[in-house]
This record gives sequence, structure tokens and C-alpha cells, in this order.
Amino acid sequence: MATAPKVAKPAAGAVSRPAFDVARVREDFPILKEQVYGKPLVYLDNAATTQKPRAVIEAEEHFYLAQCSNVHRGVHYLSEEATRAYEDVRAKVQRFLNAREAREIIFVRGTTEAINLVANTYGRKNLQAGDEILITAMEHHSNIVPWQILCEEKGAALRVAPIDDTGELVREEFEKLLNPRTRLVAVAHVSNVLGTINPVEQIIQSAHRWNVPVLLDGAQAAPHLEVDVRALDCDFYALSGHKLYGPTGIGVLYGKAALLAALPPYQSGGDMISSVSFAQTVYNVIPYKFEAGTPNIAGTIGLGAAIDYVNALGLDILGAYEQELLRYATDALSRLPGLRLIGTAKEKAAVLSFVLDGLHPHDVGTVLDQEGIAVRTGHHCAQPLMDRFGVPATTRASLAFYNTREEIDALVKGIQKVKEILG
Amino acid sequence: MSDLRALYQEVILDHSKHPHNFRAIADASRRAQGYNPLCGDKVTLYVKLEGDRIADVSFQGTGCAISTASASILTQVLKGKTRDEAAALFERFHDLVTGQAERNGKGPDLGKLAVFSGVSEFPVRVKCATLVWHTLRSALAGNEEVVTTE
Repeated sequence: MATAPKVAKPAAGAVSRPAFDVARVREDFPILKEQVYGKPLVYLDNAATTQKPRAVIEAEEHFYLAQCSNVHRGVHYLSEEATRAYEDVRAKVQRFLNAREAREIIFVRGTTEAINLVANTYGRKNLQAGDEILITAMEHHSNIVPWQILCEEKGAALRVAPIDDTGELVREEFEKLLNPRTRLVAVAHVSNVLGTINPVEQIIQSAHRWNVPVLLDGAQAAPHLEVDVRALDCDFYALSGHKLYGPTGIGVLYGKAALLAALPPYQSGGDMISSVSFAQTVYNVIPYKFEAGTPNIAGTIGLGAAIDYVNALGLDILGAYEQELLRYATDALSRLPGLRLIGTAKEKAAVLSFVLDGLHPHDVGTVLDQEGIAVRTGHHCAQPLMDRFGVPATTRASLAFYNTREEIDALVKGIQKVKEILG
Repeated sequence: MSDLRALYQEVILDHSKHPHNFRAIADASRRAQGYNPLCGDKVTLYVKLEGDRIADVSFQGTGCAISTASASILTQVLKGKTRDEAAALFERFHDLVTGQAERNGKGPDLGKLAVFSGVSEFPVRVKCATLVWHTLRSALAGNEEVVTTE
């Protein structure tokens, strides 16, 4: 299938959102023109990290070229400029997630740090021996290990809700695991391996019936779905900038203001205090209480540019295109003999994990790499999930809106070559 | 493409599909486990020593073509070797797959192990080829801990 022909930009005065044109969008991502081993790069590892549009790269560059200064400190022009740019992004993220207030947005390094923050503050404060934390069998290690450490420290128990063979959460079992001892539910909004979109509204409603707050790991969801934390009524939401076409090293923790205000600080140092004496320190208000030290200012500004970028294209339009591409890819891969898709939930993001009869993913990945095709092979930081499906590893193609049908065709050809070489 | 053929030689593919000595040794004198967390490869190596000599060696586990073939061929070439001979062979094998042998201008006479020369063009796959050898070293040293490639 050919992609839509390149069309001229709409005339001035036309609607601000032209129909989605993948060829034009690809022009915004300089790296997509790169070659690998003399072949065009086919980048299908977007669940690991996404590529960055020029606007993001230029926003970071502009900060260092023209705005570089520390935030919340200086009275001088540049510091005010940097502070304004940094805080503008907080408001941007607030709107992006439809949070009630900007102070509910905390900047962190990424989803992992966001979850660790909640474990170290909310968890430390509220968990006691005999309490429970409830997760699911499809969690990334970053939504397992912080809870394990916390449970071990507190003598609490980690409960795991099972999934079925398609990779969907078994709702009845999840419901049964909620009980008066449950202190927190922590669930992936979208699975990084299976692509499963969890029924998070229902999960949150169920948990709230027990007065249990819910943390959503949104690392794989925020880039593909419109997230409305108020409509969801989730208590914490974590996401990573680099999976949202933004820079690495910047992420977001959303938390309801009342919850956050009641928590102890996470890390301590500068910026998170309002007054310090050797006798006593008074902590700053939220969100600053959780942002000790000089933050990733350039990364934050880059994240703001990434949000502007996806907003201009429209996450709904990008999501619809990705769904169409997912259908195309699912059809194409399903036709290949000996290929088994791992993760066939009805509601899925554009992630295709698969195994090939008699072939190890690591060998598959090496052959695809030689064709210029970047996929992830391995356990995808979800070893318990691999055990659940009885495989040591999978090959994973994860799509973004800049991917094309031609690239899916290249993947199919690549897999045929794998069989030819290793068969 | 030619690099891929050099990596996945017929001998390697044969061993990966039909590994030799793929079994446990009930009365093994040494046993060790190896694990490559990057790709999930797991290998258990069994060694039966008679004095200083490796009387029998076998393995079990799951892995990619390179690691499975490497384990299979290891069991073939080590039977009857002394511990010192095995250690020396690991050194030379390591030099081969890391490209060190080629840089030194030595063409090591490694017999069956020479089929792994193509690995040196794929640095991320070196650990696949050496996992079982690290596991062997651990087994001979009498270590009970799982060897990882990280």
C-alpha cells in the first residue's frame, strides 16, 4: 500500500488540523532519514523510546543558546525567563492531562522515578504490616520492584491480579483481591509488552469503593491515548517524556492536590524547603516539596515542545492512524506461518509482541537489525509476564504515528529473511 | 548479509536445533548455572570430573542459536580435557569471538570452535557465545552462584 501522496500545505485560512499525512509528518523527525547498514532505518522500537521532532530538539537548543539559567532562584532577567518557560510547561502538562491545578504536576526523571516517589512517600507513610498493594501480572519491573521493596520493609504483601491468555486483566479476580487491607492499586494504563489497554475507569471505580487510591503507570498510554485524569478520577498518574516524543530524563507525576499535600517530601535539598534552620526545616508547598535540587530545565522545556507538537497534530487523529496501522500489521503478521502474537486483547495500543516457532527472539532481532529494522527483543523488563506466557523472551514491534505500511511490509520481509537464514 | 551467513553457519544452526549432550548428569561432580538477563538465556552446566580430567560434560537450558550451539560444541570439545586445558581453551575462544585474535594476527587453531569467528562482527552477541564458558569456569571453581553476563 502506498502512503498518501505528499500534498501541498493547506492554504492560509484553512482549518488548523489538516488530514493526517504521514509523509509530511516524517519530515519533522530528522532521524527517520538515517540509514542503517546502508538501508533505510525502520524504527519499530517506540515503546522503548520515541524519536524526537525537530521542534523538541530546537526547544532544548534554544534554552541553552538563549535562556540558560537556574529556576526559582535569581532576580535577573534570564532566571525569570527560565522560570517562566519551566512553569509554562507545568501548566501545559496540567492541560494535557486535564488536571485541576498546575501544582498537581511534579516533574521527575521519568515514570520509574514517579512510581518510586509514590512508594517512598505515600507508601512509607501509609503502609503497615499486614497491608497489601495490588498490581497486575502485566506490570513493567518499574511497577513491581518499588512495591516489593516497600512491602518487604513494612511487612506488607504484594498481590498480583492475573491476566488471561489474550493478555486481558481478569476483572473478577482483580475485584476479589481488593479488601480492607489494600492500601494502593498500581496498574499499567497500557501494557508495554502486550499493548493491552486496561479498563482503568472500572479499576478505579472498584478501588475507590474500598477507599483505595489508584496509581496508573501511563508510560505507554500518554503517547497514544488522550488522558483525562479528572474524568478517570485516578489519584496518581505517571508518564515519561521520552516516550511522548520528548527528551529523556524528564517525566511527570500527577497527584491529587490533597493527597500530595499530606505526603512527606521525597528527596531533600534546595528548592523543596521554605525555611531552614539547624533546629527545624519547613518544607515548601506542592509541587516544589517534591522537586529538590536543580531540575532538568532543558528537558522540561523540550517536553513542553513535544506536547505542543502532538497537540497540534491531535492525539485523537494520531491514535486513529496508529490503530489503522496496528490492524494492518496484525493482519500481515498473523498470516506468517509459525508466528504467534503474544497479546491479543480487544483494546490494544499499537504494540506487537511475537514469537516464531523454533527461533529465539535474539536471533530474530539480529537478522532484522541487519535489514535496518529496529525492534526490541528480550523480556521487556517484564519477566513475570514472560513466565505467564511460557516464553523466555519475545520480539516486539511497537509503532508510532510516523510509521508507515511500507515499514510493516519491510518487517514482514525481514521476518521471511529470518526464516530463510535461520530456518 | 555475508556477515549474517558467517554468524549463522550451518554447523551452528545444526547444533542449535539438535544440541549434543543436552541432558543432566545425575552424578555430576560440579554443576553451575548461567543467565543472560539481556535475552533471558539460561543454561545449567554439568561436569563430571575424574581427577583433574573432565570425564563427562552436559547442559540444559533455553537460549538463542548462538548460545545453544556454543554450549553444544563446548560439551564436545571439553570431554577428556584437563581443567587447565579447558581454561586455556576459554582464553583462546574469548579472543576469537571478541576479535582479539584477529587483531593480534594470530589464527588460533580452535578446531570446531572456529565456527564462532563470525561472532566478532556482532559485539552484542559475544555474551551469547561466552555465557556457557563463563558458566564452565564457575562450575570448575565450585561456585554455586548463578553466573550472569551483566
